Amino acid sequence: MEITKMTRQETMALSGDEAVAYAAKQSDVDVVAAYPITPQTIIVEKFSEYVANGEVQTEFVCTESEHSALATCLAASATGARTFTASASAGLALMHEMLFVASGCRTPIVMAIANRALSAPLNIHGDQSDSMAERDSGWIHLYVENAQEAYDSIIQAFKIAEDTNVMLPVIVGLDGFTLSHTLENVEVLPDDIVIGFIGKRELPNVLTHEGKTVPFKLDPDNPMTMGPIALPNYYFEFKRQQEEAMKNALKLIKEVNSEYARVSGRSYGDGLIECYRLEDADVAAVCVGSTAGTIKATVDELRQEGFKVGLLRLRTFRPLPIEELRSALRSVKVIGVMDKSMSFGGEGGAVFHEIRHTLYDVEKHPQIVDYIYGLGGRDSSPRELRRVYEDLLTILRVGHAKKTINYIGLRE
Amino acid sequence: MSREKTWKEISPAGVSSKSSIGFLTGDWKTYAPIRDLEKCTLCLQCVMFCPDGAIRWRPELGKIEFDLGFCKGCGICANECPAKAIKMVLEQE
Repeated sequence: MEITKMTRQETMALSGDEAVAYAAKQSDVDVVAAYPITPQTIIVEKFSEYVANGEVQTEFVCTESEHSALATCLAASATGARTFTASASAGLALMHEMLFVASGCRTPIVMAIANRALSAPLNIHGDQSDSMAERDSGWIHLYVENAQEAYDSIIQAFKIAEDTNVMLPVIVGLDGFTLSHTLENVEVLPDDIVIGFIGKRELPNVLTHEGKTVPFKLDPDNPMTMGPIALPNYYFEFKRQQEEAMKNALKLIKEVNSEYARVSGRSYGDGLIECYRLEDADVAAVCVGSTAGTIKATVDELRQEGFKVGLLRLRTFRPLPIEELRSALRSVKVIGVMDKSMSFGGEGGAVFHEIRHTLYDVEKHPQIVDYIYGLGGRDSSPRELRRVYEDLLTILRVGHAKKTINYIGLRE
Repeated sequence: MSREKTWKEISPAGVSSKSSIGFLTGDWKTYAPIRDLEKCTLCLQCVMFCPDGAIRWRPELGKIEFDLGFCKGCGICANECPAKAIKMVLEQE
């Protein structure tokens, strides 16, 4: 990728949380309403420093709960304001009701989730149970691999969310502690480049009850009611619109990824999925989030030993890039899906279900097995991840899997 | 009745194309308020207490009006009336 001559980037030492806060700062956010929760706290803490120092013009609202935080963001966003918040685990769970209201009201809020396990037992460490449980809330879900991508994705998220063909809220998930609290070198763009890249928030025109065609926002001069009530004769139609917006997002996420590459020199696969040494791979892992970093090193090691292994990192979980996944995985014979959350009683984790569903309609079915790992912040070592590939290679050799659902790093 | 629109024809986010004035929500009440005009002092407590805005003060007419199309029959007005001028009566049909 070429970096345009005028784009001079600065290297900063930032944790994932700080990278998110810095990106939000540069994105010219109008309103932030938030409630602190580990491992997200640094994001809003850092952002409140920017507010206190007068570095941003943002209205910062300290709410009494996450439910109120998202309700405030929703209201602010409905007035046409650029809106940001962050949460994790129990905080996200408390927002659950408002998540659906935000997507249903088509408010393009951007929310960083520092992924963390859910109680009980109480655990503050990283896994993806929190945002995976919000799969069907109508939000776009992006998951990042490192602090750099967290920074880049927040900027991209505003552009994706606010597009008039999408108008959907976006969750950017970064693994708790592994990314949220770990310092990395992060290349940051100049402020004006970020602002120029995102652009101004545009609003489509809508027809109000007064018969006026006006921009879609709460405005005392042109009153309108958003999401008040839809009875059985209309509710379904609004839900179908949200599905269409998700389809539009699929295309837009790719475009934004390429456009961002032209500005910054960085891209993440096609924006939806990232393939690593997958072209001629016989076996491959599919994973979401930071573990991709360790898996890439494992893939390199095994490739050096002559094994045809690869990795697919699912960056965009919603909307699910079905066509891209099918095309990327079409010649892989054995697939190991990595799940950092559980769907109790559902035979495997959320990502496993999605990947299996995606590949049901292909002509030659690959073998697909699930590896549940890292729950409650349990570390996944390179040795354990190597064992996943050894297992996949065994399945390739013998032609069938002994177990479909496997637990990595669990004491049996 | 006009044809119901498809998902491609309606505004996003459930933006109302009609005013809620035309959507009567008070047709399921059990009790309805009846006001004794002789006892009423026009203190307007009922106007302020009505949770549904179904009691309106009309200064140009010098009177208050009950909009039974929106009244749910909760009885708060009758309970709050200092002059005991409002009674809740069982709705007939």
